[in-house]
Amino acid sequence: MGESPVSRIIKAYRDPAIAKLICNRITELVKTLVKKEKKEIIKIMHVCGTHEHTITYYGIRDVLPETIKLIAGPGCPVCIVPAREIDEAVKIALEHDALVLSYGDMYRVPGSKMSLANARSMGGNVQVVYGFRDAVEKSRKTKGKAVFFAVGFETTQPTIASYVALNKIPPNMSILVSHRLTVPAVKYILKQPDIPLDGIIAPGHVSTITGAGAWSFIAEDCGLPVVVTGFEPIDVLLAVMDLLEMLVKGKPKIVNEYSRAVSWNGNVRAKEYILKVFKVVDADWRGIGVLPESGLALRETYSSIDARKIFNIRIDRWIDVKPGCRCPDIILGRAEPTDCPMFLRACTPEKPLGACMVSSEGTCAIWAKYGGYRRNVSIRDQ
Amino acid sequence: MCLGVPGVVIEIEENTAVVDFDGIRLRVDTFLVPDVRPGDFVIVHAGSIIAKLSEEEAMEVISAWRELLAALGGESV
Repeated sequence: MGESPVSRIIKAYRDPAIAKLICNRITELVKTLVKKEKKEIIKIMHVCGTHEHTITYYGIRDVLPETIKLIAGPGCPVCIVPAREIDEAVKIALEHDALVLSYGDMYRVPGSKMSLANARSMGGNVQVVYGFRDAVEKSRKTKGKAVFFAVGFETTQPTIASYVALNKIPPNMSILVSHRLTVPAVKYILKQPDIPLDGIIAPGHVSTITGAGAWSFIAEDCGLPVVVTGFEPIDVLLAVMDLLEMLVKGKPKIVNEYSRAVSWNGNVRAKEYILKVFKVVDADWRGIGVLPESGLALRETYSSIDARKIFNIRIDRWIDVKPGCRCPDIILGRAEPTDCPMFLRACTPEKPLGACMVSSEGTCAIWAKYGGYRRNVSIRDQ
Repeated sequence: MCLGVPGVVIEIEENTAVVDFDGIRLRVDTFLVPDVRPGDFVIVHAGSIIAKLSEEEAMEVISAWRELLAALGGESV
């Protein structure tokens, strides 16, 4: 069997020779920016857990000049679900005798008192699914009620919306919607005076749905360069280089470096499904507060599958952030995991205190696994 | 969960496709990209194909950069 297209692309986008060429160019550009603009630090934020994984796993921070600071923004959809919504899912599992279906990432995230994993150990019927298709199949095989805990950014929303729009939800199944939108979160961050940024790396897979065009406001309204990019190490290096080129030229634009998967308009069909089934609502993000028009709720037409209406659950009090935990600052890019006094002390992947230490896309979990902090090893000068 | 994984479409049946991820095969939804065909290169996210991937585009982009960067090598900004 020959080489698959997947391995051919991966090989090209992990090629050390081209990585070195890009790094040389980045070093040149940084020198110019430091000299011309007197820049001491260049802050670039990405908003995708998978980008943080690429950056940390491949040690990209280590090969970049120290002037460049790559910061993780709100890229983990599991980390930002308020404890209240986890409490709702826990309550459904423990008090309403329904089967609760959850993505694996969400399963161990702590609510106010417990996670869904804890609820299961207390006898609640909680099962982990890989995708919505699995959830539908598991619901069909269940005699009682089944609830899908629908978390996720724009990438997970359209699949659920497609099943709802096409009337493919089994009669015993309902949905507990905790979806959030990435574009309003980035808008919010760009308005914060204490989070000064020089450029944005837009999330590649979210952009397959939203289209690269969704991020054009960053250049047009905020005057910052923005690059949509993929998840191989060369993708991230190219994005950094593109951002620096634009900073040097003083012409902020939007560049789509991930054109192999992302178009300007995105997946129009997927967007139509989302729009048909969900309405955009103001929503709170864990420990951060309410961000305008940043969440989704089922439209009235679909009340019969809305778990909140079916189970009539009310949670009045909840605890988003445990004392000492700095997850909200880490999510907003105000702090790095190593700035948190709990990181790898009172908060570990085995016994997580905050949500960012649970999901494989949480910045703390990624740093705990691969080490995100700069080391003294560098291939820059070799 | 939010991990998008590239794979190759092996077969199509109704609204699903079997996708090969370098040896691991999974049945996934095609509602969002209904016009996929066997042999297409796609991104799968939480059990659903969310986009097609163009190998041609990927290779064009990387070779353009390789040439440009090699030409720029040593040249100051």
